[in-house]
Amino acid sequence: MQAQNWSSFRFTFTLLSAAVATVVVVPIVYLVLKATQAQPDKVLDLVWNARNLELFLNTIFLAGGVLFLTTLIAFPLAWVITRTDLKFKAAFTLLSVLPLAIPGYMLAYTLMGLTGANGSLALSLGLEIPRMGGYWGALIAISLYTFPYMFLNLKSGLMGLDPSLEEAAQTFGYSKLQVISKIVIPQLKPSFWAGTLIIGLYVLGDFGAVSLMRFETFSYALFLQYSASYDRIYAAWLALMMLSVTGMILVAEYKLLKGVRLHRTSVGAARTFASEPLGKFAPIVYTGLVILHFISIIVPVSTILFWWFRLQDMGIVLGWTQALAASLSASLPSALLASFLAVPVAYMMVRKSNAFVRFFERLVWLGYSIPPLALSLAFIFFTLSAVPWMYHTLALLIIAYSVHFMAEALGPIRTALYQSSPRLEEAARSLGASHWRSFFSITVPSLRNSIVAGAAFVFLSSMKELPMAYILAPIGFETLSVNVWSYTNEAMFAHAAPYALTILSVSGIFVSVLFSKEWRSV
Amino acid sequence: MLFRLILNKKHSTMKNLILPFLFGILVFSQCAQPSQDSTLTIYSGRSKALVEPLVQKFMEQTGIKVDVKYGGTTQLAITLLEEGAQTPADLFWAQDAGALGALANAGLLQTLSEDLSGSVGPEFVNPSKTWIATSGRGRVLAFSKVRVDSLALPQSVFDLTDPKYKGKVAWAPTNGSFQAFVSAMIEMHGMNSTRTWLAAMKDNGAVAYANNNAIIEGIAAGEADYGLTNHYYLLRNLATNPEFPVAQTYFVTSDVGNMLNVAGVGMLRSSKKNDLAEQFVAFLLNEESQKYIATDIFEYPVIALGSELAPIQAARSQAPVVDLEKISDLEATIALLRELGLL
Repeated sequence: MQAQNWSSFRFTFTLLSAAVATVVVVPIVYLVLKATQAQPDKVLDLVWNARNLELFLNTIFLAGGVLFLTTLIAFPLAWVITRTDLKFKAAFTLLSVLPLAIPGYMLAYTLMGLTGANGSLALSLGLEIPRMGGYWGALIAISLYTFPYMFLNLKSGLMGLDPSLEEAAQTFGYSKLQVISKIVIPQLKPSFWAGTLIIGLYVLGDFGAVSLMRFETFSYALFLQYSASYDRIYAAWLALMMLSVTGMILVAEYKLLKGVRLHRTSVGAARTFASEPLGKFAPIVYTGLVILHFISIIVPVSTILFWWFRLQDMGIVLGWTQALAASLSASLPSALLASFLAVPVAYMMVRKSNAFVRFFERLVWLGYSIPPLALSLAFIFFTLSAVPWMYHTLALLIIAYSVHFMAEALGPIRTALYQSSPRLEEAARSLGASHWRSFFSITVPSLRNSIVAGAAFVFLSSMKELPMAYILAPIGFETLSVNVWSYTNEAMFAHAAPYALTILSVSGIFVSVLFSKEWRSV
Repeated sequence: MLFRLILNKKHSTMKNLILPFLFGILVFSQCAQPSQDSTLTIYSGRSKALVEPLVQKFMEQTGIKVDVKYGGTTQLAITLLEEGAQTPADLFWAQDAGALGALANAGLLQTLSEDLSGSVGPEFVNPSKTWIATSGRGRVLAFSKVRVDSLALPQSVFDLTDPKYKGKVAWAPTNGSFQAFVSAMIEMHGMNSTRTWLAAMKDNGAVAYANNNAIIEGIAAGEADYGLTNHYYLLRNLATNPEFPVAQTYFVTSDVGNMLNVAGVGMLRSSKKNDLAEQFVAFLLNEESQKYIATDIFEYPVIALGSELAPIQAARSQAPVVDLEKISDLEATIALLRELGLL
């Protein structure tokens, strides 16, 4: 009986993981098919090119810089929110997640509009600082809207730790700093790597901020290849080159996480951490938080408001409700589907890892770094040749979103699984519960917070996504982000403002509702 | 097994996951609606802000339903190439000639009726008459009102390689309008002069931006004093902010720096609604629509309009005459820009 239901359990979960992996593979197959149509001499020209090396280095330096800066922001932030007697924790947590709701190019625009001789700082305060741009501009802009990924990963990592280890270390005479460096940080490895992967892969694929800040990375070059010559074959080569970089990162991350076991082994329930008083550090901590949220939230929001007030005719917000409905009807199902499908992938990876499952899980991460334009073309190609009735349907957009953004849900769920002990599930099974039952009554409840966090990530990303939003969506289906893009593209910032603010408010409300249960328990 | 679990009330967490999932499926199922015979489908690389008022008016006047897919011109052109004959689109309205040229080269566009192609000047139709310009977008020299003496402006785009402009000129080598301008230069002055000019500009420290509006913002921000850009972005900026510290000018008459780019429309070969599609193109080319394009979008009309719009037509006369087919073929331009490390 046990063996039989284990095989049905394993079969279902492997099947679900395989289904996910298949959809992720579609774009890669497409790119390979396109790439093989190329003429070898032209490919050599394009691939062995000094400029590619420059793009490669630019991309790597940008990703490294962003990772460094986001960790520098996120680790102290997660620490003070989970471990100290900081006040207004819920508000600070919300403010630390909200930058995810700001489309990258909007943030880049606002930072650029703030600085320079004609920037709002110069005009209003006489404060003239050089306009942001290039490497530093791209680094700051991308860090400001990606640090929440690192923050939330580290926060859930910190919350899942067992205080007894740290207490034991302290009784052996470790100082506070030693406890952090020898006990806490090693245990945060899965959370840190999950955050690193998401942010690193995000930087590889980011297009909006780098193009506005004039810093050329692979994804920027890829777009130029499409736009310059409408040439899908050589663009495919560039995309495959970029994916091979991603592939190397994924293999490295796997080697680093191999054999990690971080769940508690002692008996009884883990106690919660006693919160440490901030004491004399309080002024520094609060000042730091205010500065961070001022730059990452208040500046962009007030700039958008400022644009809005320049609009003479406030009644011009045409089709606002349809845009909101469109955004929600694509983002909500995508968030649910992505986190639903991420659970079996993460579970099989952490608990029942075998070569197949590991491969499926790595593919999900790879999918995250496929440039959205290439991904859209792949979906066009495959739906039109296999299931033409699905083309230009909301379903297709939702599938594309769920698969593309699933990595964002996978990270937190995987971390939670590393931290929750398999012993409980084993105990349940030894008492006669089936695999199914132990999974649903033991594992899933312990994953609740991480599933919620994962769904929130996917929701926020889908809300601001372009260009899949207009390429794959039904005709006439215009999301908020399509409207924002459409107006900013024509330099009509005032008209774009209400749509951008709607993305922000809806995302803010959604995140507050999702996290409200967790916050009450903080 | 799975279903027994779903129904088992003890497993409430499972229900929490399953119900939203089923809701998702529900959303999936209510999607595909076949488009009706009387509906015209347009892929528009021109943004909604500019197009929507015209589409609304067309629908009111004719009673024909129009569905528009808005997006970037490049992305939509690639989408159309990928869709091939299976595209639901009847018309493609593009921001620039290059995208239409790419579709024409791929054999995806069909020849327009004589009535349509004859209704504008020959400079606004491509030789094979598969696409037609709907408005002109002029290239100009933008400059800082604060740091530049408007009495000592350069005469030609070729003057900008002079050392006195070192590090002061903004351009957008990756932008479609700029690339069309380079194609025009190759056509008018030959490959060698163009290569020399581009290399000299690069050596002279030309500042690269992603697009035309970024150039204007860059000049206002004090990063550059001059910019090679399209004429209408500054006009739109000035319409909301008359204090904006940037002005613009033409080079001498017929200088390639005054080259006229176009936005245009083409009919897909796979379309079965030629009548509706041609009605829409005719509507875009009528006097009322063209007047709207001139006064509200600040672009140049492609037909002769009344005397109140004379300045626009005077401006148009500054441009050199270039074959549209030539500037829509970007292959040589791209190769050149790449060779020089600009792309």
